[in-house]
Formats: sequence, structure tokens, C-alpha cells
Amino acid sequence: MHIAEGFLPAGHAAGWTIAAAPFVVHGARAVVKEVRENPESTLLLGAAGAFTFVLSAIKLPSVTGSSSHPTGTGPGAVLFRPPVMALLGTVVLLFQALLLAHGGLTTLGANAFAFAVVGPWAGYGAYRLARVVGAGLLPAVFAAVALADLATYVTTSVQLALAFPDAESGLAGALLKFLGVFAVTQIPLAIGEGLLGVLLFRVLTVNARPELERLGVLEPVPLATTGGAA
Amino acid sequence: MTRRGLVNALLVLAVVALFVLPLLLDGGTSDFGGTDAAVTAELEADGYTPWFDSLFSPAGEIESGLFALQAALGGGVLGYVLGRLRGRRTAAPATAPGVGEQ
Repeated sequence: MHIAEGFLPAGHAAGWTIAAAPFVVHGARAVVKEVRENPESTLLLGAAGAFTFVLSAIKLPSVTGSSSHPTGTGPGAVLFRPPVMALLGTVVLLFQALLLAHGGLTTLGANAFAFAVVGPWAGYGAYRLARVVGAGLLPAVFAAVALADLATYVTTSVQLALAFPDAESGLAGALLKFLGVFAVTQIPLAIGEGLLGVLLFRVLTVNARPELERLGVLEPVPLATTGGAA
Repeated sequence: MTRRGLVNALLVLAVVALFVLPLLLDGGTSDFGGTDAAVTAELEADGYTPWFDSLFSPAGEIESGLFALQAALGGGVLGYVLGRLRGRRTAAPATAPGVGEQ
């Protein structure tokens, strides 16, 4: 999903930067607020950032014969809501743009919009929808984490199609072409990432129950049933 | 092994299988190039020239080292947090009702 340095026309690069900036600024304020009001959140906040840091560094093979990397933005969006991930995701992208020549400064806005804004919001939306229709925590987490991954790559495809419409088939043709490169490869990765998200939440529900209850992810255990809760 | 541990182990196995299978099924015919690079190669073939270059481009081996550093930092922090949370629970088993089984 990293659009390489200099690969978006200047107007598009500027437009996506302007589009992403308010989300990132709002996200920075959300992180500061969370840490200030709930210092005990810092550990889980670190876990959410670390999850996206490690997953976005690992390129994995896919059935299409090409490789790609997961995004890891879903768990943080479920735990802390998407604005927090707008900042954490952008920090990851900045690290990769500056040190790894992966992505770039001119394309940081577009990449942040896909990776740190659309991905987390799509994942969070899937999570809320799944919970509303009665899904348990873990199926909802799977949907959130997998969709945050997939939505990021779909967004990148849209961004590229807008910048490089096909000479004959236009925007739709270009979109299909870029989706063909990104989205199909990404499907097994999104499933794998969703399973990892489920694993993470299985560990958290046991070990971080007070935090998950405070964040509204888990219902507090009713006192009356505490004795036999199992 | 508890049922909980078994399910976790199966989840790990499923993830591993998901990424080993493409390699096995492929039989060495693909080079598993990155999708990001595939797109830039395609755009350049169509005549697009990037108008800005990365300020710093690490050489091949350095780049893989920096990617490893990124993964190590993330994995390290994640392990630290999960270890602390687990230590907190096992240190105070009586104060956390309903924990331990899920």
C-alpha cells in the first residue's frame, strides 16, 4: 500500500496531505488526551502501536505469487477508536519513509489516508456493525482486523486510479488494474492478520480484563455470577 | 495443555499454514515480488518519472536490517506489554474474578 516517493503527481500529493492532516492532528490530540486521562492505558496503547509496527514490517507471500505486508491497525482501532491509530499509523509510515525509502514524504499524506485513516475506520465500522448484529468479541475483532487491512489496499488502488486513469478504460479500468495487483494478493494476508488479531485479543481478555472493561470492549462481569463465571 | 492453550496453538498453526501454503503450492515458479514495487515498475514502464527521490535510500542489506529493526522494536514492545499484563495477573490471582478461563 506504500505509494513510492514522487509517484503521485504534485496536485494529488498535496490534496491527500491536506485530506489526511486533520485526522492526524485530531489523532495526536486523542492520544495525548487518552494518556493524560487514563495513564493506565499507556501499556495497551504501546501494544496497539507495536502491533502495527511489527506487522507492517513483515512481507508475506500470497497465493498470487507476489508478496505484501499486513497493516496491523485494526486492534488499536477496536481498543482506542480510530483517531488514535491516525497518529500511530502515520508514525509508522514516517519511520518507513525516512529510514527505509519505503513510501515517501510526498506520498505520506496519501499513504496515511489509506493506512492510518480509512483502514482503522473501516475496521472499527466492521467491529461495531458485527457487535450490533450480535457477534461475539472475537468474530468482531477478526472482521475488524481483516477489513482494516483490506480497506487500506483498496484505498491505495483508488488513489492510484485517480492519479493514473487508464487511457482507454478510464478510471474504472485503472481501478480494476490496481485492485488486481493489490487487493487479490491481500486477501490471504488479511485473513492471517485477522487470526493474529483474534490471538491477541484472546490473550488480552485474560490478562487485561480491567482495561478492556474500561474501554467498553468487554462487559463487566456481573457480581452475582462471579462465583461460577466459567 | 488447556483447551485455551490448544486453541491458541491452532491459531498460530493456521497463520503459519496460510503463508507456507503459497510457497509450497507455487513450487518455485514465482519470485514473490512486492506489490508496491510491481505498481511503481508498471507506472515507470508507462512513462511516468517520479518527481522526487527519497532523502535516504539504504542499500539492500542495510534495508533488510532496518526492516528487521522495525519488526524487532514492535515485537519487543508487544512482548514487554503482554508479559507485564500476564505477570500482573499471575501475581494477584485472587483479585481477578472470572479470569483464567474464558
